[in-house]
Amino acid sequence: MKVIKANQLTKVYNESKIPVTALSGVDIEISEGEFTAIVGPSGSGKSTLLNIIGGLDNPTSGYIEVGGLDISTLSENQLIDFRMNNIGFVFQSYNLIPVLTAKENVTFILLLQKKSKQEMNARAEELLNKVGLGDRMNNRPNELSGGQQQRVAVARALASKPKFILADEPTANLDSVSTANLLDLMAEMNATEKATFVFSTHDQRVIDKARRVITLEDGKIKSDEIKS
Amino acid sequence: MYFKLAWRNIWRNKRRTWITVAAIGFAVFFSSFMKSAQLGSYERMIDNVARFFTGYAQVHALGYWDDKTLDFSFEANEDLIHTVRKSAHVEVAAPRIESFALASFVNQTKGSLVLGIDPEAENQLTKLKSKLVAGDYLEADDKAVLIGEGLASYLKMDVGDTLVMISTGFHGVNAAGKYVVKGLVKFPTPDMNNQIIYLPLREAQWFYGAENRLTNIAMIVDQVDNTNMVVDKLKSELDTEIYEIMGWEELLPELVESIELDYVGGLIMRYILYTVIAFGIFGTFLMMVNERKYEFGIMMAVGMHRYSLQIVVFMETILIAITGTIMGILVSLPLIVYFYFNPIYFTGEYATMFESYGMEPIMPFSMDSEIFTGQGTAVLIIASILALYPLFAIFRLKINQAIRG
Repeated sequence: MKVIKANQLTKVYNESKIPVTALSGVDIEISEGEFTAIVGPSGSGKSTLLNIIGGLDNPTSGYIEVGGLDISTLSENQLIDFRMNNIGFVFQSYNLIPVLTAKENVTFILLLQKKSKQEMNARAEELLNKVGLGDRMNNRPNELSGGQQQRVAVARALASKPKFILADEPTANLDSVSTANLLDLMAEMNATEKATFVFSTHDQRVIDKARRVITLEDGKIKSDEIKS
Repeated sequence: MYFKLAWRNIWRNKRRTWITVAAIGFAVFFSSFMKSAQLGSYERMIDNVARFFTGYAQVHALGYWDDKTLDFSFEANEDLIHTVRKSAHVEVAAPRIESFALASFVNQTKGSLVLGIDPEAENQLTKLKSKLVAGDYLEADDKAVLIGEGLASYLKMDVGDTLVMISTGFHGVNAAGKYVVKGLVKFPTPDMNNQIIYLPLREAQWFYGAENRLTNIAMIVDQVDNTNMVVDKLKSELDTEIYEIMGWEELLPELVESIELDYVGGLIMRYILYTVIAFGIFGTFLMMVNERKYEFGIMMAVGMHRYSLQIVVFMETILIAITGTIMGILVSLPLIVYFYFNPIYFTGEYATMFESYGMEPIMPFSMDSEIFTGQGTAVLIIASILALYPLFAIFRLKINQAIRG
């Protein structure tokens, strides 16, 4: 079942001054449960595509459907609720709330969803144990390594059991051991939590792990490879 | 959750928060201290002037205030005095007859203010006995006078000498009398000191040919703020076709004016102080917003509504303001309490300067709760206005730009 559909997606920045075309007529379809990497050099439009899929940015033209919903028609508040209930984000780095502990970061979204305290604690503990940080629950981000912070970010992204996990260069600031651990973790989460994973990356280790690799160049799809 | 986030956020950069809190604390401390001294001096000024001259409130005959002559005196009756004395909040009510006379001793003569008083009531009203520097205090049936030390010095007379007084009495009768000086009183205000003569009420009535007549009944009220209540009550109880009841603000318009003028001066000082502090606070808010745009973007990306974020940031600004205000009050309160009970006394040249303006050489302090609530409200209003900037910045925040850093 196709859960992400983009049709002739175009994004032009600074339309009134010097226009920069980030995406140009992108057509893409992603099925439920996929583990997909969007790759390409810097400026190829990876992050823009991911932001549009995540409802963080609007296309200049074209159609985008996520989870069966035309998200370009949603108001800001509807989009925020949509993201909160359907999408988990993992950003490059430093994306945890610095004043909250690892556990509080994970429960943050559940709190916004007004879940019960019991449910929040159980889910946070379950996820932090899964990502191997059961003993660092009460540490704040500045007391964790980069790899540990990204693992907390993955746990936070999964906390509300979203249908989609969008990760924008999640390994960009990690060493090779942390990268390998994080990729294993996300693959396992993909299998156990049944979420659809879409990465933007130019890290070969991520590309190797992905089951589908979409390559962008100058805002257009250059290739779309599904590994056997 | 909002509060937890806000509270932790303000302490993530402890040094900056402490500097901001200290700046607010200093502003609150300085302006509270200044305002306490200002209000204290007003209270003292009102008390000094009202007690000695007019009372906090006064009953006199209709027309007397515009033409202060004995022709506008009124008949003293026990019912009237009783009504005034039993009125709520009235601590003391002293009947007086007031006029002028030429006072002479040997070759010296001086125009003087003559106050016919009930010695007992007047002492309760003005603590007159405590101003005695020589001789004895008056008794109700004395045929003697108390005079100001400055007047005695001018007339070159002392206790036991006989003062000659000449004046015009009720309905133009000639008034003349001679009285032994029973005591000398000293006032900090030179005007009083150089011209006051106290006579027992009955003797003054006889001197002016105004038997059983008064020019006013002066009252002291338990608290200055209750004056208007007392005035209104008496207006409803007494015949206002015959009597006029006035509070100190009406009786002493020059005093009100000078207080208002001085108050505006203090207000301008406080405005300047708060403006300087406001720039400091604004600097903090500016940095707070700029360095956290990425974080704001992330929070909105994962599902936090714009208004929720605005609530958190607004709480942060208010928490900083409240912490600074509490700190300022905690530092200023003990000092103000100390100086309230131990006012600063000036000596030497300062004292002379104060006295030359007719003021006691003293810097009293006030403990009016308005001092603190006023400063707290001012700081909260300033912080709320300044908080509009972060709120506006969040309102304008574009998530996709913010998360790009």
